[in-house]
Amino acid sequence: MTEAEIRALVLEQLGNIAPEADLSAIDPAAPLRDELDIDSMDFLNFVIALHERLKIDIPELDYPRLATIDGAVAYLAGKLPG
Amino acid sequence: MPSLGADMEAGTLVEWLKRPGDRVARGDVVAVVETQKGAIEIEIFEDGTIDELLVAPGTTVPVGTPLARLSGGAAAPAPAKRAAPPPVAPVVAAAPAAMPAKAAAPTLRETPASPAARRLAAERGIDLAAIKGSGPGGAIVSADLEGTKTAPAPAAPPRRGLDLDAMRQAIAAAMARSKREIPHYYLGTAIDMHRAQRWLADTNATRPPTERLLLGALLLKAVALALRKSPELNGFHIDGTFRPSAAIHVGMAVAIRGGGLVAPAIHDTAERSLDDLMRALRDLVARVRAGTLRSSELTDPTVTLTSLGERGVESIQAVIYPPQVAIVGFGKLVERPWVVGGAADGAIAVRPVIQASLAADHRVSDGHRGALFLAEIDRLLQEPEKL
Repeated sequence: MTEAEIRALVLEQLGNIAPEADLSAIDPAAPLRDELDIDSMDFLNFVIALHERLKIDIPELDYPRLATIDGAVAYLAGKLPG
Repeated sequence: MPSLGADMEAGTLVEWLKRPGDRVARGDVVAVVETQKGAIEIEIFEDGTIDELLVAPGTTVPVGTPLARLSGGAAAPAPAKRAAPPPVAPVVAAAPAAMPAKAAAPTLRETPASPAARRLAAERGIDLAAIKGSGPGGAIVSADLEGTKTAPAPAAPPRRGLDLDAMRQAIAAAMARSKREIPHYYLGTAIDMHRAQRWLADTNATRPPTERLLLGALLLKAVALALRKSPELNGFHIDGTFRPSAAIHVGMAVAIRGGGLVAPAIHDTAERSLDDLMRALRDLVARVRAGTLRSSELTDPTVTLTSLGERGVESIQAVIYPPQVAIVGFGKLVERPWVVGGAADGAIAVRPVIQASLAADHRVSDGHRGALFLAEIDRLLQEPEKL
């Protein structure tokens, strides 16, 4: 999976959680919780969606690394083979 | 034209619901008035017969203008039409019920219509989006629905746009009633959460994301279990009497994206396992967001739990949702210096601490009971493995 594909997947899942948000206007380096007004339930659903789509484990201890779009893309790229 | 708020200077009469010659009784809704706050149903304050309607639909008049002439009441000549506040949510359900759901059908959401017309349309199964309104600004009034064919019973209830304005009104009515009628007392306590947090981290470390628990599930269960020992906080105050509820259905306040809030019930909260409660929470939040709540969830909460910690709030003094008699609040989990050990060998440690608060109805319970309740929540959260 290329980084662009991972980014597209991340944005797709965030779009499911915050359908009203203009994802193109979000600073990819800013905290998602603030940018999208998401709570811990939203974040858990985000993690579950990534877990199910990519078949990778995302331990709770790693949650802080998914706090921004850029962070999530980098984290997932590092987890995926190739 | 009644004043429906300190800032209201004028209103537009949208629709008369009575005609000259009609008998009216105090409390009857006689007209609909459009204000900046939306369409408001106007109740009459006296018994009598309507002699004459003085203001035609579509007309904007200043506050204080007589709208109609009434005769035959106990009081003499004057029209004396005064507005009561908008009808107050008679039960908890009223607020959420006014709030159909989210997403879908933006046309419906934008169809302006008077409350009476909406009610009539709902009763008759008429789609308002298909009606041409003759009221101010094209708003649909009851008369526009005359002769409209009733739709065949739909196989499934139609999904509707979330009417945030209507929800705001319903919340306003319920909260105003709460602050008007319920003598609240407020208590708060700081709870050391290190055991709960550690147990949660250990538990979740062994689980895939789909089976992980959130702190909210622990708080929910602790509140429900503590209510078993404080029945004065679980139930309804109706017609001057407290009616305790044998069942404990905690209503979870869930914010709606875009504004508004709903607090649907998680049924039999105390009886269910943490895993079960977590599933219920996820399901409930998803359905709040999708707008597919069930009527029983809206009518059944016996107490409310609200948590604003996610947004950084540390403590909450919440407003009781009538006719409930208590609301429990949790703030943000924060790291705080905490004295551990006894007075002699005590030390200061850094602990995750959460502020639990209770707002309760003083007509039903006293601070002593409330304090015992919060202490019980604290005790339960020190043994998370038993929740």
